[in-house]
Amino acid sequence: MPFGIEFDDIRQYIAPVIYALVIVAVLPLMAGYIVLLERKVMAHMQARMGPMRVGPHGLLQPIADAVKLLLKEDITPKNADALMFWLAPLLSVTMALLAYAALPFGPAFQIADLDVGLLFILAISSLGIYGIVLGGWASNSHYSLLGALRSAAQLVSYETAAGLALVSGLLLGGTLSMKGLVEAQDSQGVWFIFVAPFSFFIYLIASIAETNRAPFDLPEAESELVAGYMTEYSGFRWSLYFLAEYANMIVVSGIAVTLFLGGWMRPLSGVHAHIFGLPYELLDLLPALIFFGLAAWCTKLALRQGEQIQKMVMFLFVGLFVVLGAAMAWSLTSTSLMPGIHGAFWFIVKVLVYLYGFLWFRFTFPRYRFDQLMKLGWQFLIPLALVNLVMIGIGIVLAQQFLWPLSLAMIAANVVTLIVAFWLVRQGDKPSIVVLPAEDELPAAGPGEIR
Amino acid sequence: MMLDSILFYFFAALAVGSAILMVTRRNAVHSAVFLISTLLAIAGIFLQLQAEFLFVVQIILYVGGIMVLFVFVIMLVNLDVAVRQMKFNRQSWVAGLLALVLGGLAVVVYRSGGGAFNLMGAPATTMPPNAEQVGTVLFQKYFLPFEIASILLLVAMIGAVVMAKRKI
Repeated sequence: MPFGIEFDDIRQYIAPVIYALVIVAVLPLMAGYIVLLERKVMAHMQARMGPMRVGPHGLLQPIADAVKLLLKEDITPKNADALMFWLAPLLSVTMALLAYAALPFGPAFQIADLDVGLLFILAISSLGIYGIVLGGWASNSHYSLLGALRSAAQLVSYETAAGLALVSGLLLGGTLSMKGLVEAQDSQGVWFIFVAPFSFFIYLIASIAETNRAPFDLPEAESELVAGYMTEYSGFRWSLYFLAEYANMIVVSGIAVTLFLGGWMRPLSGVHAHIFGLPYELLDLLPALIFFGLAAWCTKLALRQGEQIQKMVMFLFVGLFVVLGAAMAWSLTSTSLMPGIHGAFWFIVKVLVYLYGFLWFRFTFPRYRFDQLMKLGWQFLIPLALVNLVMIGIGIVLAQQFLWPLSLAMIAANVVTLIVAFWLVRQGDKPSIVVLPAEDELPAAGPGEIR
Repeated sequence: MMLDSILFYFFAALAVGSAILMVTRRNAVHSAVFLISTLLAIAGIFLQLQAEFLFVVQIILYVGGIMVLFVFVIMLVNLDVAVRQMKFNRQSWVAGLLALVLGGLAVVVYRSGGGAFNLMGAPATTMPPNAEQVGTVLFQKYFLPFEIASILLLVAMIGAVVMAKRKI
């Protein structure tokens, strides 16, 4: 071979490159459909229909939206810093996509199984903040700058709580590799959410705050800041920010699923008992049945379409679902393929369930005020995460050194954490005395002096 | 291997190029961004040496932590004044002379050193997991210095809080 490249090198590099291309190709589509799902869920929670025009039940809306965004005019404000204005959305989306390199979609679908996989994802996703901060700064607008500042403060605050919550999961797994964490849950026969519920809870809240989602979407609070750091962005660059936000949501969901929800494992995969005379292994049939059901439903919808083009696209969906269902059913016959393909299915299903939680929170809770947000982060989540970490550590020592049963040790540890949580909530309810500095001591920062 | 050297020269060129740009840019935010790119390139070199832990720590601490605060502060400074001011004073010939002397000195030292500059090559085999090794060394071999360092950091942190707060 030329250039000293051996065949083994090619084989070693070609599979990850294919996975990477698939992820980059599929992710925008997936983000589009999560947006559609979000709008539909929101609409139904508010007793509306949501998007209904483009395709049956708005199923083709994401494609129409993407075309619209691509064709929109791309505006750079006159006094903006052109280089940074161009770079910021790219940074945002690059960092969001880079994090997928270590995310295990299944035992076979992972671009790189790093020994420090979890740390890698955390490191890369902490770089996404530059996209927001630089974009806010480069726009040369007060709304953008304020949004960027809020975002930076919020991310730095909640990263601590999220990190501490993840550490307690790591203690249970005993490894930093994403694959190793799932395998640890497999061999211990329990998902870590049942062992460390508080870690999951803290991570859930912190991950919503880190992705700037409601009720923590202060960086883009439209009632105060128009659209925060993306006020001046339009067209395709704006959609890059949007893509980055949704890609980040999937990444944090992926971390939570891997660490706390058993990754690619099927629910009840450790149980070999029977229920009503049927073994739990019948759950393996579920993926294929779901896809065939979806195909049937899409066929029914497609036949009702008036427009020819809508009919055609709907039949494309039917074909896609049939192929996926056939792959699921066919892989059942092969013991070597089945864990990979079904693992990917269950991983994505769990990620979608976690994402549904994101949507649910958004339509349920009103937005926090900025001081409430900081108070929640620093005075509730971080102390609770610290106590939880120590308690999980003590629980593990009790189980390993003093040979307590793991369940007993963990129940004791979590009860202590629960008591501390209640105490913290009660402390927070007390009215805090805020001493405002005297008028002449306030720093003089008029809007003209910000930049 | 070919790919390794391509990657190395890519990261090395990126690091040096961004470092030069960092010094020469007038806009402080641009400088900060080029510094970030230098740090990332060095992280890439760490990764190439199979020091994954160092790679991740470099990104989390320097790029994700310290530089975020840098950018945060720079953004709030009135940049227009800094851009208008001359960044370099007109002593380029002194600097050039000094650089020439230093460069000559380096060449002399390199020549007289003989074979002392033959550095050890990186181990060809894959390394065992880094994170575990770092943990073992820190918490077993160098436990006392590690704890002393962390107490020092704690003192510095409490000191910063005390100084920042007007009334405790």
